[in-house]
Amino acid sequence: MDNVINVSIAPHIKSKNSTKKIMWAVVLALIPSGAAGVFIFGVKALLIIIVSILSALAAEWVIISARKQQISIFDGSAFLTGLLLAYNLPPQVPLWLPAAGAFFAVIIGKQVFGGLGHNIFNPALSGRAFLMVSWPVYMTTWQLPRWNIVDTVTTATPLALFKHKSFGMLNNVTYWDLFIGNKGGCIGEVSVAALLIGAAYLLWKKYISWHIPLTYIVTIALTSWAFNGKSAFFTGDALFFILSGGLILGAFFMATDYVTSPLSSRGKIVFGVSCGLLTFVIRKFSGYPEGVSYSILIMNAAVPLIDKYTFPKWFGKRTA
Amino acid sequence: MISAAMTFPGGVHPPHFKKPANKIPIKKAALPKQVVIPLSQHIGAICEPLVSVGDKVKPGILIGKSDKFVSSFVHASVSGEVIKIEQRPHPLSGLCNSVVIESDGTDEAGFTQQESNADSLKPQEIIDIIRRSGVVGLGGACFPTHVKLTSIPNKKIDTFVLNGAECEPYLSCDHRLMLERPKDIIKGMLLIMKAIGVTKGFVAIEDNKPDAVEAMRAALNSTLNTQHSIQIVTLKTKYPQGAEKQIIKVILNKEVPAGGLPFDVGCLVDNVATALAVYEAVYYKKPLYERVITVCGDAVKEQANLLVRIGTRVSDILQQCGLSSQQPGKIIFGGPMMGFSQYTTDVPVIKGTSGIIFLSQAKVDKSVESVCIRCGNCLDVCPMKLAPTTLMNLIKLRRYAEAKEIGVDNCYECGSCAYECPAKIPLVDYMKLGKNG
Repeated sequence: MDNVINVSIAPHIKSKNSTKKIMWAVVLALIPSGAAGVFIFGVKALLIIIVSILSALAAEWVIISARKQQISIFDGSAFLTGLLLAYNLPPQVPLWLPAAGAFFAVIIGKQVFGGLGHNIFNPALSGRAFLMVSWPVYMTTWQLPRWNIVDTVTTATPLALFKHKSFGMLNNVTYWDLFIGNKGGCIGEVSVAALLIGAAYLLWKKYISWHIPLTYIVTIALTSWAFNGKSAFFTGDALFFILSGGLILGAFFMATDYVTSPLSSRGKIVFGVSCGLLTFVIRKFSGYPEGVSYSILIMNAAVPLIDKYTFPKWFGKRTA
Repeated sequence: MISAAMTFPGGVHPPHFKKPANKIPIKKAALPKQVVIPLSQHIGAICEPLVSVGDKVKPGILIGKSDKFVSSFVHASVSGEVIKIEQRPHPLSGLCNSVVIESDGTDEAGFTQQESNADSLKPQEIIDIIRRSGVVGLGGACFPTHVKLTSIPNKKIDTFVLNGAECEPYLSCDHRLMLERPKDIIKGMLLIMKAIGVTKGFVAIEDNKPDAVEAMRAALNSTLNTQHSIQIVTLKTKYPQGAEKQIIKVILNKEVPAGGLPFDVGCLVDNVATALAVYEAVYYKKPLYERVITVCGDAVKEQANLLVRIGTRVSDILQQCGLSSQQPGKIIFGGPMMGFSQYTTDVPVIKGTSGIIFLSQAKVDKSVESVCIRCGNCLDVCPMKLAPTTLMNLIKLRRYAEAKEIGVDNCYECGSCAYECPAKIPLVDYMKLGKNG
């Protein structure tokens, strides 16, 4: 009997939580908004999602094979990268575009840094940034929801309309349109309602905490209200800026990426507020109407610094 | 009375696994034919044997002592003959010089079992009796109780906390003691309070043991006099609620300073089983030679809370409780979160053994360490508010000095981080390495 006894250091029991489980839970939480995107923009959106995921898995397989690692490509990590990349693409891009983006995201965004757990930048967002600078026209051509297509197919996003001061066209856009997704936008960001269902699931299961999303959104709301009005200070339409663009997708699903966000709760608050400020600055002052993805990427680089200054205070630490 | 359950920041919620042992009354274990009594069952100096091979001993006879202040006497636990004094496996520390006693089966006590009057005892007399009786902290730390109770200049203690939290999964020995001997435990508590000269006390119990809360409350009401102010405190069931630093934080909202001890905040914490041992030592002159342990786990047929003699080996306990069809894959002394796994069934129960868990192969955790995904769970659950993964990264690079700078020494290895880690990183292993580096 003695020869089958296991000996190890405590604890001798472990929670059922696992990396794989978390990854697939995030995938599950993203399904409603993907379904909404496909419903709103049509089958092409579904094809983009599938190509993006398969390309990400293929890229992961290439690197893992080359590095002779004993890791499954189905640990959910690459799948999630592919899925998130597709969600950040307009619904009419040619199908080679998500493939190129996914390869960049997985290989350059993640694997060159050492793979899962080691990357500095959010892989899906680095893939998007790569596509944005390489093929800007494809990346900024937006499609109307299927039922609104009469004469023209393309449209501008509400944030772009605002940026170009096309306030007349914005008057037709209600909060309800913005909330359910009756607007132009990326595949996965378009329906705020669907995103919130997934976000609620992740919060309920405690896979993400409130710190980053809440501070991010509140910062956007305050800065937009104070400084992004059509005329005077404190006349901005906070709700419009929350519901438009990729904020909800970014705040709940991209900025909360474990690997590229701070460890401690205090650090997460700093991160969320900083993302909000940067997003506001980009939206207000840059040539881009939207700044969520670049804000998160920039703040990703600041995470080691944030971590360094936001360690929790030890229990019973003497204040010397 | 404080009724709402209170708790501390951090911690984890492992499944309780308390049933069925927590419903089964304590019973006496069969007398072992042989006991192996290690001469070190406590924190501090190891005892010198006072007996030689061939000597006849009885339960309660002193067989080992040390003149060092931080040490604790060791007593025989069965009547019979000393057959060997040699190095034997010890549940916590490899090999240890141990007295092996062959029982003659008569079990005749080596002390006068008679209730004596304790009311007239002075504080120092109580502490002396505790010292001579070899009482140590029975929650697992095994710190000699008389040392803890001895006053230290400039450290004024004003509060005593009786710890009945029993936050480790599986274990229910303290729970059963609170149900079956609440009055004796309260009497022991009052003795300790008298010894250290405090009148303010708390009894802390987790809210998954409402029957124990009731039993202790009833005992308290029938025993209490007007000089004492003692409250029962219900704590939220969460691990490591029973850790003394967390208990003090919850009840008194004071943080024991890093590197300090409870007396630094004027407090002293003892386990309920320790209070009972104090009661028996003072009222009955009974040295600590037996204790209640929880025998449980899916690999054992008869789960139980057993009153066993110190020195009873695992093999004897298995003979009594029986193996289920499962072969044990792991034998754990203590709870599953902080307990010590054993490599042989020759190890004996010592004073600090609160339970023995027999896990089947299927229940043994065999998860494989994978890469940290920086989820931050370990920071959230750490009751000492450390940054376990940051420490791990430093320790992997052997940068021990930096690890100490960010507090690795404050880790008391509760295991919450390693329990919660989705990447199954054995963080406690790294913390141990960092502390010794």
